[in-house]
Amino acid sequence: MKAFISIIRIRFNLLLQYRIAAIAGGVTQFFFGMIMIMVLYGFYSSSDGEMPMSYQSAITYIWMGQAMLGMLPWNGDMEIQNLIRTGNVSYELLRPMNLYNYWFARAFALRTAPTLLKSIPIFIIALLLPSDYKMHLPPNVSSFIAWILTTFGALMISCTITNIINITTLYSISGDGIQRLLSSIVTIFSGMVVPLPLFPEKLKQILSYLPFSGLVDIPTRFFTGEIAFNQLLGYFCFQCLWAVLLYILGQWILNRKIKDLIVQGG
Amino acid sequence: MDSIKLYFKYFRFNIESQLQYKTSFIMMSIGHFLITFIEFLGVWVLFERFGNIQGFIFEEAALFYGIVHMAFAITEGWTRGFDTFPKLVRLGDFDRILLRPRTTVLQILGHDIQMMRIGRFMQGLVVLIWAIFKLNIEWTLGKTLLLIGSIIGGNFLFSGLIVLQATLSFWSVQSLEIVNSFTYGGVQAAQYPISIYKPWFRKILIYIIPLATVNYFPAMTILGKSDLLSFSKWIGWFSPLFGILFFIFSLSIWRIGVKHYTSTGS
Repeated sequence: MKAFISIIRIRFNLLLQYRIAAIAGGVTQFFFGMIMIMVLYGFYSSSDGEMPMSYQSAITYIWMGQAMLGMLPWNGDMEIQNLIRTGNVSYELLRPMNLYNYWFARAFALRTAPTLLKSIPIFIIALLLPSDYKMHLPPNVSSFIAWILTTFGALMISCTITNIINITTLYSISGDGIQRLLSSIVTIFSGMVVPLPLFPEKLKQILSYLPFSGLVDIPTRFFTGEIAFNQLLGYFCFQCLWAVLLYILGQWILNRKIKDLIVQGG
Repeated sequence: MDSIKLYFKYFRFNIESQLQYKTSFIMMSIGHFLITFIEFLGVWVLFERFGNIQGFIFEEAALFYGIVHMAFAITEGWTRGFDTFPKLVRLGDFDRILLRPRTTVLQILGHDIQMMRIGRFMQGLVVLIWAIFKLNIEWTLGKTLLLIGSIIGGNFLFSGLIVLQATLSFWSVQSLEIVNSFTYGGVQAAQYPISIYKPWFRKILIYIIPLATVNYFPAMTILGKSDLLSFSKWIGWFSPLFGILFFIFSLSIWRIGVKHYTSTGS
């Protein structure tokens, strides 16, 4: 355990060095958030029907998705993927620790450090925008606490999916196609592109059972107060269950592959 | 004339080399098709929920979507060399290009032509054809030419943006993610009719990054709608030319950049 904690610490400190890159990424996210909000504004102002979600909550939802993008499993760990492509992954196999957990610790740092750098400026700016684009604070303290806890749940799901993306590189060296496909599935089904409450009812039902809804949708709906605090336990268990399932799945496909691994290069 | 012949030679070599890995090529193309299809799902979801956006129905929006995505797919395919240009500068490889007795633009364009972008192109085409079948448009020769013209114009506009983005790397060797938001953000913004946006954002899309000229104005003319945001009626008929003008303008900025170039050495 101690080894994993120090891996997290070292990676975390290293990733915090890339401040300029994080800020640049933050600006991009901000830009996209603005476009999405303006599109939503157009939709909301052309319909008077009752919507499953208020315009205010929808904006907060979009900002939350943009701010937390770094935490979503939309790509793998570049360094691990390069190790696999060059064949240096064989060194990783020599380390006296569980490979999956080692990569998991790296994924943990990868998903937290840049997100911390990126999300805080986006939150601050989004909270200060004029009312048509403004993000709103949670209605009460309990929503905020529920958000923190479910964000941790989201992080666990995210790390397990990140690890699965890393492992798929072992199966197909380029792996580019599958990964991009996976990342676009993650972005749409987590609610980053369109808030999940706006999806058609049947589709919404299906999506609510998938792990992706645990990434953005659940934490954000606690944040806006749409899910009541007393349902926290149920939703958090749902996240944990998926995290455990994906953890086991990842372990399994990794171990299966390692047995007959062919290392690249000479 | 000689340059055009040379470009086609580059073109042939690129295709031949990419077709060496047939399965990989097919998988990547299918991947691109599916990814853009998932993006389109987001648009569908919003229309399913709200019915219309400022009087535009889903089929009409699909026409805008198809034009923009086909245009951008062509751009992604033939300007890939400019897209990855910062790397060329960073590694000092641009020096080699300067030494050869051909223009820099030709060589960089020929450097990398990505055929697999055909996936996005096909998806745009499918959406466009679907929209055309669903909408009752009175087709004339003029409108058909205008449709093709707006795709070509759009391609040149996006290409111009990519060239400008590459030009920036003469001043900063760091690859700047921010400029990406103009191209990708532009695609996002222009896949809806710009009249849905607030006036300040519309002005940006008309005067600063003139995406409206290759999308909104011609598409409105094709649809036979009269809301041209107080521009006169003829603007739709030759506004796609602005895309080409923008590209020529970008090339002249590029030339200034090349004069300013200092090698990174080694």
